[in-house]
Amino acid sequence: MRKFKEGFIEKTLLTSALITVAVTIGIVSVLAFEAVRFFKEVSIFDFFTDSQWTPLFTDKHYGILPLLSGTFLTSAIAISVALPIGLSISIYLSEYAPKSFRKTVKPMLELLAAIPTVVYGFFALIIVTPYLQGIFPNLSGFNSLSAGLVMGIMIIPFISSISEDALHAVPRELREASYGMGATKLQTAFKVVVPAASSGIIVSIILAISRAIGETMIVAVAAGQQPRLTLNPMVPIETITAYIVQVSLGDVQHGSIEYRTIFAAGITLFAFTFVLNTISYRIRKKYQSKYE
Amino acid sequence: MNKIQVNRWKDQLFKIWGIGCTLVGLILLVLFIGDILIDGIMRIDWGFVMNLPSRKAEKSGIYTALMGSLWILALTTIIAFPIGVAAAIYLEEYAKKGRFSALLEINISNLAGVPSIIYGLLGLEVFVRILNLGASVLAGSLTLSLLILPIIIVATRESIKAVPSTIRDASYALGASKWQTIWNQILPASSGGILTGVILSLSRAVGETAPLIVVGALAYVPFAPSNPMEEFSVLPIQIFNWISRPQHGFIENAAAAIIILLLVTFMMNAVAVYYRNKWQKKWN
Amino acid sequence: MELVAEKNTKNFTMNKESEQESKTKISIKNARVWYGDFEAVKGISMDIKPNSVTAFIGPSGCGKSTFLRLFNRMNDYIDGFRMEGKIKIDGTNIYNKKIHVEELRKEVGMVFQKPNPFPKSIYENVAYGLKIQGISDKKVLDSRVEKALRQADLWEEVKDDLKKSALALSGGQQQRLCIARTLAVEPSIILMDEPTSALDPISTAKIENLIFGLKEKYTIIIVTHNMQQASRISDYTAFFYIGELVEYSKTKTLFTKPEKKRTENYITGRFG
Repeated sequence: MRKFKEGFIEKTLLTSALITVAVTIGIVSVLAFEAVRFFKEVSIFDFFTDSQWTPLFTDKHYGILPLLSGTFLTSAIAISVALPIGLSISIYLSEYAPKSFRKTVKPMLELLAAIPTVVYGFFALIIVTPYLQGIFPNLSGFNSLSAGLVMGIMIIPFISSISEDALHAVPRELREASYGMGATKLQTAFKVVVPAASSGIIVSIILAISRAIGETMIVAVAAGQQPRLTLNPMVPIETITAYIVQVSLGDVQHGSIEYRTIFAAGITLFAFTFVLNTISYRIRKKYQSKYE
Repeated sequence: MNKIQVNRWKDQLFKIWGIGCTLVGLILLVLFIGDILIDGIMRIDWGFVMNLPSRKAEKSGIYTALMGSLWILALTTIIAFPIGVAAAIYLEEYAKKGRFSALLEINISNLAGVPSIIYGLLGLEVFVRILNLGASVLAGSLTLSLLILPIIIVATRESIKAVPSTIRDASYALGASKWQTIWNQILPASSGGILTGVILSLSRAVGETAPLIVVGALAYVPFAPSNPMEEFSVLPIQIFNWISRPQHGFIENAAAAIIILLLVTFMMNAVAVYYRNKWQKKWN
Repeated sequence: MELVAEKNTKNFTMNKESEQESKTKISIKNARVWYGDFEAVKGISMDIKPNSVTAFIGPSGCGKSTFLRLFNRMNDYIDGFRMEGKIKIDGTNIYNKKIHVEELRKEVGMVFQKPNPFPKSIYENVAYGLKIQGISDKKVLDSRVEKALRQADLWEEVKDDLKKSALALSGGQQQRLCIARTLAVEPSIILMDEPTSALDPISTAKIENLIFGLKEKYTIIIVTHNMQQASRISDYTAFFYIGELVEYSKTKTLFTKPEKKRTENYITGRFG
């Protein structure tokens, strides 16, 4: 009886674990299923080369490039804010700051990542854009600049926290060897500690990029709904995610080509994040036990 | 100036830069929240919480959205909590090291990095269409459950790992079965960490907007849902809707609703941190 | 003699000869160290002779490592560290506010308990101390790296693999690399904190030989657990017990005719 019960419990637990596999299979097959049907009507070549994305207009074009450029633009702005700041914070906290300061500040910074993204959208649209318009008068009400900047603030803790963990894990002996030869903390940080922790830092950056390209609400609120192939941060654009939101808010018939566009856009987004996540997983596994 | 002095100077400069970077995030956070408080705090009163949405900003309230959020929160907990913890127990205590467990691990790590809007597409196709649940509270909760599953699993595994093996050995030595050991010893010992992870994942769920929009949650719902099969809205979607409107009154509403949403999120985080500290002390 | 930047490093070398005559390299006056409330070093005074090997012995936790790390101010970065008293190197108080620790540490090198090469190539490890001083001339670097590796008795073993990772070396080779790394900066004092405790007997013997050869040019202070090692390689030995200096004299005297009962008990193995 006891044996039967134990076996039953194990099966139940196994089933729960298998649900996670089912989720992945579900995601891939749903995206693939609808995308395949989409590509029966639109050629893959057009999808990747047409410079217009206008599925909701009468003159329909299905070129993903404008959505990709929008996604790329906002993510690039976000990373160029979050990377230098996040990395500096991590180095400051692990190499300079007193222990007590580090212990209080780290969770406070992590709070930045806990704020719902729609709230950041509000910041970007209602606070940051009007402020920036004071500096750049030709900045549109919707633009990738303020959406990107605010997104950058949001992902700071992704970089600072994970990098700080990696820096902190570098053995004290290496630092002492460097100090012992007359190096300053700064020299020690950049010549010894950062190189030794580089895998962890790279993982943090990849995760931040992946997070930025999948971010939805900030760009849906503040970056606009005008897919256009541009790298100009001052004008309205549209990202892949914002497009999916735009379609979802409207009344789109199930089974129509418009309905399928969100899956075609979705599978493109998924492919990017999947590649990034896989790379970061590999790096993490490879270097996990380096200093243990 | 000699080289050493230059280096010392650079060192000091970086230190100041580092403090500046650390503070800039926190200062912006404070500024943003301050601005939202100014915009919205006057708008919050009993009517704002209890009123139904309306075309007129000053008559609008968040009642239906708040109720929708509570429904979603409750159902998501009921669905995700047992599955997540069970999966974590399997991975930590039962799964043998090998290809299968490596696959499960890669899979979970990958799921944690899938953008939330993709979960929305999954929910739309599977729950809304195939299972024919429609844009219901249940479909939304199922979608968010899948979204937070990896977070719960990772947190639970960490907590179980932290339980000293001596406890396990002691239980086995007394003749307890595997499940008895897990149920009577390991789960109680790791409950603090598990609780922390679950609360944090739920605070994420409360703030999620995009997947629920994709699933079909509405911006305008005239009544609070009374059962899991009804249509719903949630606070973040209500906020999103108000932000998108040009009239100033709605911006005020959005700010007021954000204050309430942030209050909920921060409170959940505070509780989680409290449990984490309490739990960490236990083992150190 | 000053270590402050304006007066520059040259003073150090200039004063070396004259200081040598006074026969004191490091002079410690009533040094006390606290970590928070814990007093780790309780008022120690001693003089250390130039061009000699001085061994610090004593049971674990007796404060000898903490005391050693005072000489290159390595304790400065530890939370709650507080220090009183005077430590003069070549007549300069190294805890003076005007002292630049970076300058000091070029003069006072350190070898640690566990070999701690940087995860870089052998060459980069030895060149590190020079590069952080801003030396970038390839020829100068090459010759100083070779010189240091020869001094550390490692050149023949690694001369064809300078680009290889230092982590690929054996433990003993790694420790000699760390010595070479320290020598490359051309200090006048070398602090060694139990440098052979993580090594096998053969590697230990090699390092002891090395130390023996180095004392001609350097003042060496070595912390060791191993009393045979202290008696083999040192000229002077200091015995520490719970933060205090119990006895300090010529090594021969200390091991054959210790003055204090406690020293005798320790060196004969009755405690510790």
